[in-house]
Amino acid sequence: MIQLDFIAVLEQWPALLRGAAFTLGLSAVAAVLGVGLGVACGWARAWGPRPLAAVVSAYVELIRNTPFIVQLFFIFFGLPSLGVKLSPEVASVIAMVVNLGAYAAEIVRAGIENTPRGQIEAARSLALTELQVFTRVVLPPALGRVWPALVSQIVIVMLGSAVCGQISAQELSYAANLIQSRNFRAFEAYIVATLIYLGLSVGVRQFLNWLGPKFIFGRLPNAGHSAGR
Amino acid sequence: MVDFSLWDIFRNLLLAARWTVGLSLVAFIGGGLVGLALLLMRLAAWPGAQRGVAGYVQLFQGTPLLMQLFLAYFGLGLLGINVSAWVAAGLALTLYTSAFLTEIWRGCVNAIPKGQWEAADSLALNFGEKMRHVVGPQALRIAVPPTVGFLVQVIKGTALASVIGFVELTKAGTMITNATFKPFTVYACVALMYFALCWPVSAASRKLERSFRRGH
Repeated sequence: MIQLDFIAVLEQWPALLRGAAFTLGLSAVAAVLGVGLGVACGWARAWGPRPLAAVVSAYVELIRNTPFIVQLFFIFFGLPSLGVKLSPEVASVIAMVVNLGAYAAEIVRAGIENTPRGQIEAARSLALTELQVFTRVVLPPALGRVWPALVSQIVIVMLGSAVCGQISAQELSYAANLIQSRNFRAFEAYIVATLIYLGLSVGVRQFLNWLGPKFIFGRLPNAGHSAGR
Repeated sequence: MVDFSLWDIFRNLLLAARWTVGLSLVAFIGGGLVGLALLLMRLAAWPGAQRGVAGYVQLFQGTPLLMQLFLAYFGLGLLGINVSAWVAAGLALTLYTSAFLTEIWRGCVNAIPKGQWEAADSLALNFGEKMRHVVGPQALRIAVPPTVGFLVQVIKGTALASVIGFVELTKAGTMITNATFKPFTVYACVALMYFALCWPVSAASRKLERSFRRGH
C-alpha cells in the first residue's frame, strides 16, 4: 500500500507561497515586456521597413522552432562566455521575454493585418501622424481581436517558467524540489506544486480576461453599440 | 584532457538527436491514439465523457509539462514500477500530447456543418459508419495542418525530458558542455539542431494550411 503524506509537504507552505509569488512575479514582468516586444515586432513585420521585417521574422522563426529550455540554457550558461554574466532571475526574465515576444509578434501581427483599410485612411485624413495612427487607431482594436490568443500565450509562458528552477531561479518548481529534498516526499511535493500551477493558470487567465477589456484596449465597437468615444 | 573539436561536438549531438526524434515519434503516435480514443468517447456521448475529457484537457493544458514529467517519474516509482527515464518521459509526453490533440481534433469535428451529421443520421448510419464515411474524412482534411503544427510542440517538449535524465539532444548538450566548457558553442549547436528538426515541420504545416484555404 502506498502511503501518501501531504501534510509533510503542506507544512512547508511558506516555501510554496514564496515560490508561487516568485512565479507570478516573473510572469508579470515577462508578460508586460514580452507583449511590448511582441507589439514592436508585430508592427515591424506588418508595417516596418523591409530589412527590419526580415530580421524580425528570422527572430520569430528561430525562437518558435527551438525549445524554451535551450533558449534559457543558452542565455544563462552560454552568454557568460561572451562576458555577459546574468543572475538566474535576470536570465529567466530575459528568456521569457524573448520567448513570449516571438509568439506575441505573430499574434499581434494577425490582429494588425485584419484592420480595415478604411480606418487607417480615415485616421490619416485626420492628419494623425503615422505613430498616432498605429497607437491610437490600429493597435487597440487589434489587441482586442487577438486578446484571447495573447492571454493563452502568456499562460503558456508562465507554465513554461517551471523550467527556470533548473537554473536555480527560486520559483514554484524550485520550491517543490527544495521541499522534496528535505522530506523525500517527491511525488506529494510535485502534486501540490502542480495543483498550484493549475490554480495559477486559471486565475491568471481570468484576471487577464478581465484586465484586457477594462484597461488595455477598451470596449470594442462590435461588442455592442456603446462605442461612443 | 580530451580535446573536443567542433566536429566532435556536432557529431555527438547528432547521435543524441536520434533519441529526440524517437521520443517525439513515440509521444506523437501514442498521444494520437489516446487522443483519438478520447475524441471518440466524447463524440459517442458516453455518460460523463464530456466532462471527464474536458477536465483531462484542462489538467494537462493548465499545468507545466515539467511537473507532468516529474509526476510520471516519481509516481511510477511509487507504484513499484522500476522506471527508466524512457518509460516516464514516454508516458508523460504521450498523455500531454493526447490532451492537446484531442482538443484540436474536437475543434475540427465541430467545424463540420450540422447538415452532414443530420444527413448521416437520416441514412440510418450507426456511430461507426458515421465516423468512418461522413465525419472522419472531412474532419481529417481540416485536422492535418494544426496536427502537423502541434508536432513542433511535441519535439520541443521532449527537451524537458532531459531534466529527468533522459539523454536526448538537450541532455547531451549539457553533458558535452560539462566536458568541454564551451557552453556558447554547444548550446548554439543544440538550438540549431532543434531548429533543423522543427522548422521544416512548421513550414509544412503553414504550407498545408495555405493550400487548404485555397482549396475552399
